[in-house]
Amino acid sequence: MTGNLASVHASTLQKQEVRARLPFLVRARPYLILLPALLILVGILIPFGMGVYYSLTTYALNRPGSLDNFVGLRNYDRMIHSSGFINSTTITLKYALLATIVELLLGLGIAMLLNRDTLLAKILQTTLIFPMMVAPVIGTLIWKLMMQPSVGILNPMLNAVGLPSLQWASVPETALFSVVLVDVWMFTPFAALILLAGLRSFPREPFEAARVDGASLWFTFRNLTLPMLTPYIIIVVLFRFMDSLKQFDIIFAMTEGGPGNTLMTYQLTAYRTSIQYLRLAQGLPYAVTLFFVIYITSQYLVKFWGKAQRRAAGYSS
Amino acid sequence: METQVINKRMGRIIADGLMVAYFLFALFPIFWMVLMSLKSTDELFTTQFVFKPTTENYHAILFGDPRAAAGVVAKQEFPRNFMNSVIISSGSVLVSLLVGVPAAYALARYNFKAKENLAFTFLSFRFAPELVVIIPLSVIYRKLGLYDTYYGTIWVLQLITLPLLIWVLRSYFEDISPDIEQAAMVDGYPWWRIFWRILLPLVRPGLAAASLLAFVFAWNTFMFPLILGASQVQTVTVSALGYVSSAQAFFNRMAAASVIASFPQMIVALSIQRYLIRGLSFGAVKG
Repeated sequence: MTGNLASVHASTLQKQEVRARLPFLVRARPYLILLPALLILVGILIPFGMGVYYSLTTYALNRPGSLDNFVGLRNYDRMIHSSGFINSTTITLKYALLATIVELLLGLGIAMLLNRDTLLAKILQTTLIFPMMVAPVIGTLIWKLMMQPSVGILNPMLNAVGLPSLQWASVPETALFSVVLVDVWMFTPFAALILLAGLRSFPREPFEAARVDGASLWFTFRNLTLPMLTPYIIIVVLFRFMDSLKQFDIIFAMTEGGPGNTLMTYQLTAYRTSIQYLRLAQGLPYAVTLFFVIYITSQYLVKFWGKAQRRAAGYSS
Repeated sequence: METQVINKRMGRIIADGLMVAYFLFALFPIFWMVLMSLKSTDELFTTQFVFKPTTENYHAILFGDPRAAAGVVAKQEFPRNFMNSVIISSGSVLVSLLVGVPAAYALARYNFKAKENLAFTFLSFRFAPELVVIIPLSVIYRKLGLYDTYYGTIWVLQLITLPLLIWVLRSYFEDISPDIEQAAMVDGYPWWRIFWRILLPLVRPGLAAASLLAFVFAWNTFMFPLILGASQVQTVTVSALGYVSSAQAFFNRMAAASVIASFPQMIVALSIQRYLIRGLSFGAVKG
């Protein structure tokens, strides 16, 4: 809606400019206004381009002259055939899928609970954002402390309800669970807030009509709530899936990718190889591959969002 | 009828119960962090909830620890790290404002060839894995002398603050009816005066909220100062790790540092409630 408005306005602006025979400065105006931002853009794109180039050489900081050695896609080939590749791919995807799905479902539940205008819901809602505002590293450290065997509180809590203690992130079996738990704690509020905004934007009439007709709660949810909520769900998936594919802070603060290489996602592998081992050209393929995966997925989701928004608009009009 | 009323009440109690359970999960870690920060080192391992609160941890990280053993990391450093976080976050937001406000205006109000492509390139900064840019920058910065400097860190943080400001502000500019500008234009005002005198005041609340949110995200970053900085620009997020890698006994100090390092964000979160959703969703959800 607002997008249309802007383009209508912009086209009138342009028509006026056509009448004025488009002096160069008028035609160039948007670019001139954007110039400072374009400078920053270039300043980011240059290192990006260099990063892609480095990944095609044998560049390592501890080997002089290695930058001039152009090897094409050999680093990518080596990445795919390296022993840790399958584990890194699975763990990256598992983490992202698990976190996104749990946050989406839990967030939807919380949003629906908060959408009942009770005093309790209103009070609790103001605190909803807190976990997301704490720096991810610090939030993770708090959880790490809570999971800690000597001062921690989680194991005593488990024991109190008759469950055995866990070793949380220090053993491979529960490491993924532990970091996803922190991700869910931190970012479910994001999902809940976006979906709540969606629920609150709905018109009342179709829901009242459904109630008068005696439709079941499930029927209303499936045929009214869900289709109208789709654009909001896509926004949640877009932000959460992209962010958890490249999650670094939580995993790094919790275990630095360990125990062993249990949690060596693409980001962690790229960091370890390029920054810690100084083998830039070997770590970069992970980052570059992740970049393209994220770029393509996000483009697709943004398009899908536009479509879903138009479809949902049909429901509410 | 009677059973229906009872069912309804039961439903409400269950719903409230679930809601409270979630919020216990969400808020407990924060509560526990505050609790830990008030424990003395002697009571750290012996008590869970009952103890004698003390401010010694806050005192220690802010003014130095009289009982500190040699080799304890990042202690007296804390006030400095905090100031580094303040300088870097505000610097980043300031640069993003100077650059991003005009950019958002141009992207909202003009039609030109590269418009959508440009807008999406800025957006892709937000989603791109930072390492693609940081790894090469770790080499370039050392060559240019930008490694471990405020300028270098502020520049690279544009990856976080700039797309947020551009996209959120663009959506606020688009919300303003073009009629207002048309009228001013007919009266013969040049575009920049219209921008400065009419548009900017109209988006001011949104602008303030978006800047504060960008400040929080800049404050919370970890990877940029971790890789592109060392002691000179160390922020609170990077230094927080130092408390954990040192001896166990400093968990309470870490908790105190975390409380102080999380304080600014909490204030921001409470003050911009109304604008949060649009900010968090980059203008996609108007909230």
